[in-house]
Amino acid sequence: MIKDITIGQYFPGNSVLHRMDARVKIILTAVFIVMLFAAKGIEGLAVGIVFTVLTFLFSKIPLKMMGKSLKPIVPVVVFTALLNLFFIRTGDVLWEWRFLKLTHDGVDTSVFMVIRIICLICGSSLLTYTTSPIDLTDAIERLMSPLKKIKVPVHELAMMMTIALRFIPTLIEETDKIMSAQKARGADLETGNFLQKAKALIPILIPLFVASFRHAEELALAMECRCYHGGEGRTRMKQLRMSILDLWGSLFCMVFLAGVIAVNALVK
Amino acid sequence: MAVIKTEGLTYVYGEGTPFRKLAVDHVDLEIEKGDFAGIIGHTGSGKSTLIQHFNGLLRPTSGSVYIDGERLWDDKAKLRPVRFKVGLVFQYPEYQLFEETVYKDIAFGPKNMGLDEDETDRRIKETARLVGLSDSVMQKSPFELSGGQKRRVAIAGVMAMEPEVLILDEPASGLDPKGREQILGMIKEYHKEKGNTVLLVSHSMEDIARNVDKIMVMNEAKLFCYDETAKVFHRSQELENMGLAVPQVTRVFNRLKALGLDMGEDVYTVKFGSGLLLDRLRKREAN
Repeated sequence: MIKDITIGQYFPGNSVLHRMDARVKIILTAVFIVMLFAAKGIEGLAVGIVFTVLTFLFSKIPLKMMGKSLKPIVPVVVFTALLNLFFIRTGDVLWEWRFLKLTHDGVDTSVFMVIRIICLICGSSLLTYTTSPIDLTDAIERLMSPLKKIKVPVHELAMMMTIALRFIPTLIEETDKIMSAQKARGADLETGNFLQKAKALIPILIPLFVASFRHAEELALAMECRCYHGGEGRTRMKQLRMSILDLWGSLFCMVFLAGVIAVNALVK
Repeated sequence: MAVIKTEGLTYVYGEGTPFRKLAVDHVDLEIEKGDFAGIIGHTGSGKSTLIQHFNGLLRPTSGSVYIDGERLWDDKAKLRPVRFKVGLVFQYPEYQLFEETVYKDIAFGPKNMGLDEDETDRRIKETARLVGLSDSVMQKSPFELSGGQKRRVAIAGVMAMEPEVLILDEPASGLDPKGREQILGMIKEYHKEKGNTVLLVSHSMEDIARNVDKIMVMNEAKLFCYDETAKVFHRSQELENMGLAVPQVTRVFNRLKALGLDMGEDVYTVKFGSGLLLDRLRKREAN
C-alpha cells in the first residue's frame, strides 16, 4: 500500500551509470540540458535523441520505469504541442478553420518541442534513477561547497536534506503502522465526505506528530553524544571517488555536445 | 468449528520490485474457539504479517482466510465487522494513542462500532478494571502516563471492543520485568475470565511457556507446527536447530536426562520442574 512509494526514484543496479561518480553525473546532466537546447533544428536534436537512447540503454533501467516518470508531464507536453501548433502562423498553411490555422512551421516546431521535452525528462530522470538520494545530496554538498565562502550554510543544508531523506521511509513505515492500528480499532478511512475524511485523519496525524518529535529529539541527542558540531573539519566515511569510468562518460557526453554544435553549423 | 482458519495463505511484500520478499509461505492452520495460543519465531519469520491477515488488514497474495467459516475479502464491506470480531493489538501499541483523555481513547473502538453511550461506558469501565487502570487515570491525558500504563490503555482500547479473538503482538516488549509480568498476568486473567480466544506473539520462550496452552512456531515464512505446549517443547532439538531457545528450565532438565536422571516428563515451567524434583527427593528420603 503506502510502502510502494519509492523514495526519490532510485532504482538499484550496477550499470555503468550507477557506478559513475554522482558529482560527474550532475554536471553531465547540466551539459546534456545545454546539448538539447543548443540543437537548433531537428537534425541537431537527432544527435540528442541518440545520446538519450544510448545512456538509457547503458543504465539498464526498465522501459516501464521511464514511462512512469513521463506520465506526470503528459499535460505539459500536450499543452506545449497545442500552443505551438496553433500560435505559429508562418509558413505554408496546411489547414484552416475560422480563427484556427495550422501551418507547416507550426507542426515542425511543435514536434521539435515535444521531442525535446521528452528527451529532457528521460535524460535527467536517469540521474535520479541511477543515483541514490544520499549520494545525490553528498554530491550537491560538494558541488556547492565554494558557496561557503559567501556564508551559505552548505553543510547544514545538505545535512538537513540527508536527515529528511533518511526519515522518509521511517515515517512512511510509522504511518503505515499507525493506520493499521487505528483500522484494527475500526477507524474508517475510506468512506464519508471530505469533512468526515479529514476528521478521520486525526487519529493518524496526532500519533505521527508525536512520533516525529520523538525521533527528532532522539536524533539530536544521539548527534550531540557523538560530538557533532557542524561541518567544520568533518571527514566522510564514504568518499566520492572519480574513476576512469567518469572520464569516459564525460568524453562520451562531450563528443555528443560537439556533434550537436557541428550538425548545427553544417545544416546552416 | 475453527474460529480462524487459513488455507494456503501466502503473502509477498513488494511484488514486482527488486525488494520482493516472501513473508508468509503457504500456511494452513486452524485455531479453535477458546484457544490460548502463543506464536513464536525469529524477527522476520512472518509472525506479524501472519496475524495481520486474521482481521483483514492485509490481503493474501494467494490462499484464503476464514473467520467463523466466512471467507475474508469476498466482500470488502464485510471487513470492518471482522476487525471488531478479531481485535489486534500491535507491537508498541502506546504509539497509537491520540485522544485528550484515557477515557476517550479507550472509547474510540466502541464508538466506531456504533455502540450507544451507556454500553460504551460499561465496556470502558469493565476493561479499565481488567487491565488495572484506576479511576483517577481515566481523565488524564494518555501522554502523561508511564510507559507501562500507556501500554495498558492501548490494550484496553482493543479489549473494549469485546472481540471474540484477541491477538497481541509482543505485548510485553520494552517493559521492565515487573511490567512484563503484570501485562502477561493481566492477559492470562482476561482469558480465564472471558474464555475468549487469545493469541500471543512473542519471541520469549519463557513468557510463552508460562502462559499459553498451545504454541504456533513460525520459521522462515513457513508454519513449523501448531500444537500443545508440551508437544512443541518435546521437539526441543528441532527448535534449537532453528535458533529458537527452549525455556532455560527445559534445557536444565534435558541436560539432567542426558546425565541419567530421567524425570519421565517434559518440563517447561520452573514451577512444574521444581515440583517434580521435590517429589523425587521426598521419595528418596522415604526410602
